[in-house]
Amino acid sequence: MRNKLNMVQAINLALDQEMGNDDSVVAIGQDIGVNGGVFRVTEGLFEKYGESRVIDTPLAESAILGTSIGMAVAGLKPVAEMQFSGFSYLMFGQLEGHAARLRSRTQGAISVPLVVRMPYGGGVRALEHHSESREAMYGHVPGVKVVIPSTPSNARALLVSAIRDPDPVIFMEPKRSYRAFREEVSEEEHVMEIGKAQVLQEGTDLTVVSWGAMMRPTLQAVEEVQDQRGVSIELIDLLTISPMDGDTISGSVEKTGRCVVVQEAPKSFGPSSEIIATINDNALMYLEAPVRRVSGYDVATPYFGREPAYLPTNGRIRRAIEETLDF
Amino acid sequence: MIANTCEPEAVDRQQPYALDLRERTFKISHLQILDEQCNLDAEREPDLSTEDLIRLYRSMVLARAVDDRMLKLQRQGRIGTFPLCTGQEAASCGPALAMTPKDWFVGSFRELAGRLLRGEPIENGFLLFNGYEEGNVFQGGERTLPVSIIIAAQALHAVGIAYAMKIRGETDSAVVCFLGDGATSQGDFHEAMNFASVWQVPVVFVCANNHWAISLPREKQTHSQTLAQKAIAYDMPGIQVDGNDALATYQATKDALDRARAGGGPTFIEAVTYRLMMHTTSDDPSRYQLPEQLQAWQARDPLIRFKGYLEAKGIWNDEQEAGLEAEVRQQIDDAVKAFEARNDFKPDAPFDHVFGTKVPRIEEQRTEFLDHLREESTDAQ
Repeated sequence: MRNKLNMVQAINLALDQEMGNDDSVVAIGQDIGVNGGVFRVTEGLFEKYGESRVIDTPLAESAILGTSIGMAVAGLKPVAEMQFSGFSYLMFGQLEGHAARLRSRTQGAISVPLVVRMPYGGGVRALEHHSESREAMYGHVPGVKVVIPSTPSNARALLVSAIRDPDPVIFMEPKRSYRAFREEVSEEEHVMEIGKAQVLQEGTDLTVVSWGAMMRPTLQAVEEVQDQRGVSIELIDLLTISPMDGDTISGSVEKTGRCVVVQEAPKSFGPSSEIIATINDNALMYLEAPVRRVSGYDVATPYFGREPAYLPTNGRIRRAIEETLDF
Repeated sequence: MIANTCEPEAVDRQQPYALDLRERTFKISHLQILDEQCNLDAEREPDLSTEDLIRLYRSMVLARAVDDRMLKLQRQGRIGTFPLCTGQEAASCGPALAMTPKDWFVGSFRELAGRLLRGEPIENGFLLFNGYEEGNVFQGGERTLPVSIIIAAQALHAVGIAYAMKIRGETDSAVVCFLGDGATSQGDFHEAMNFASVWQVPVVFVCANNHWAISLPREKQTHSQTLAQKAIAYDMPGIQVDGNDALATYQATKDALDRARAGGGPTFIEAVTYRLMMHTTSDDPSRYQLPEQLQAWQARDPLIRFKGYLEAKGIWNDEQEAGLEAEVRQQIDDAVKAFEARNDFKPDAPFDHVFGTKVPRIEEQRTEFLDHLREESTDAQ
């Protein structure tokens, strides 16, 4: 069966399906129960699965992850919600110190199968701390997987995989895309593998890599350049930030010789840097132009008055593609 | 909804307004069963078999001897830095004895004594503090979490485990979470107390107040008169016990565990004890510790007290003591031998345990790592 859903509904569907399939899956977070989550992602789950499995917690991010770790160690599969990624830094100690390490600390005797969902990113005219894109912070932690969906369909499929994954998965939801569009979402077994990027369209002249909320302006820019210049662009949706699918990226660049990376995050030390390093390791001799980055800047994510100029736009992306083609 | 409009009992509108009206009159109960002079409060004497009493004593003696041997090994460069537990054996073994194998043991890093009582091999401590993760696992340790070094972080894990027990309807088990006085300053501690209380989960916090967090004395750690009173804010039972009295630490934990298993929720136990040695082998307490205080606490040694109790009961004598000493020495010698004979540390083990699934990027790096290792050994030849 296929339904047209937005990303909020698709994530809700994944949670509902997995909670229905597996009694050990619990949802935990602030305002996720009676209120259904501030973005309504968990709407209806409280009524369906009850307060012991849809847990409204006191207001403490470190405790949400810390107790989730305990639950996971004891055999549950918690799906924790950080209300906004900007508040998630309070749980970073538990993530780096324990969730990510219990497996290696015990040489595999203990594992921590949990998911931390968090809306991230700008473009919704929100308050301070509600607009950052800090996936690199989580990607840098060994033992943690970081997934960022871009559409309702891949959000559902990847969240199902994340819940079934034996390790901690940070699942960052582009809140700008939550209700931006609908698409058909399969309710049947459609699971996408974590750690695999998706080639959305094949091309021969240039590779564009992006993820999350940046996929939409990127796709628009790619279409504009293709229409105007008749070039063939390969477009990759990264989907998993860590562990990164270097093979798909390098393989593509070997074919096209040119690459543009689009990230919402600040320019330095972000996933785009890692992508370029991967190309350097595996496909440097195929390059016909330097790899270009379109990104945020190394400044505090501005309040929303100045946000439109901070976030990469399809114009900035289009110019980077054109300059790389013309190099 | 109606509850929000009701006046909590603690609020007294009849009292005149005053900033320090808060209940100065709260009392914290203190449990001591066996005092420093080996006087026994016979009414409160726990109902323990001779076998259990000797097991308790044996674990405390073993822990002291292991501490002593590990210090020597460390000074000889045969193991790395480790935290000492000398002086705190009763605060660790009493609670451990009150636990069943079905209860979860969630510890910090100074519970060697309780871990030994629970069946963790001596060799584990050597391995762990000589830099090998192999020291964190043991057969039968499915419900024992490994040493947790970040202060107070484990308290939240304990609450999460207890939550899982509660929703599964396990009524024959609970969680004992060990922490120290320093932990009570951490946010994670307060979050754990709050969550445990809101959720009413079966967890018992055993806080060894050993008077020091490295160099920071107890009175600078918190302005509270007791650590136990912190529980009051969470409407959780909070009691203080003589942490050098193994009968008291056993009994308080047993009572709290019984309550927890019966659905009575969490308890906080402050076990007042003293760190008789350095924080870790890297620390020099003479920089901050007052010799008089140390001497006063040496006189309250938990081992001497408990031995006196066993002797007074007529179940222990000099011959048994000599036998135990010899047995413990042999056991430790054997463990040192087994530990030093080990050479099965797989160099690329860290790559085995990043994830539960094979990940290409990690496997590529494993290959690189092994190549580098081979190159290094070729260079060395």
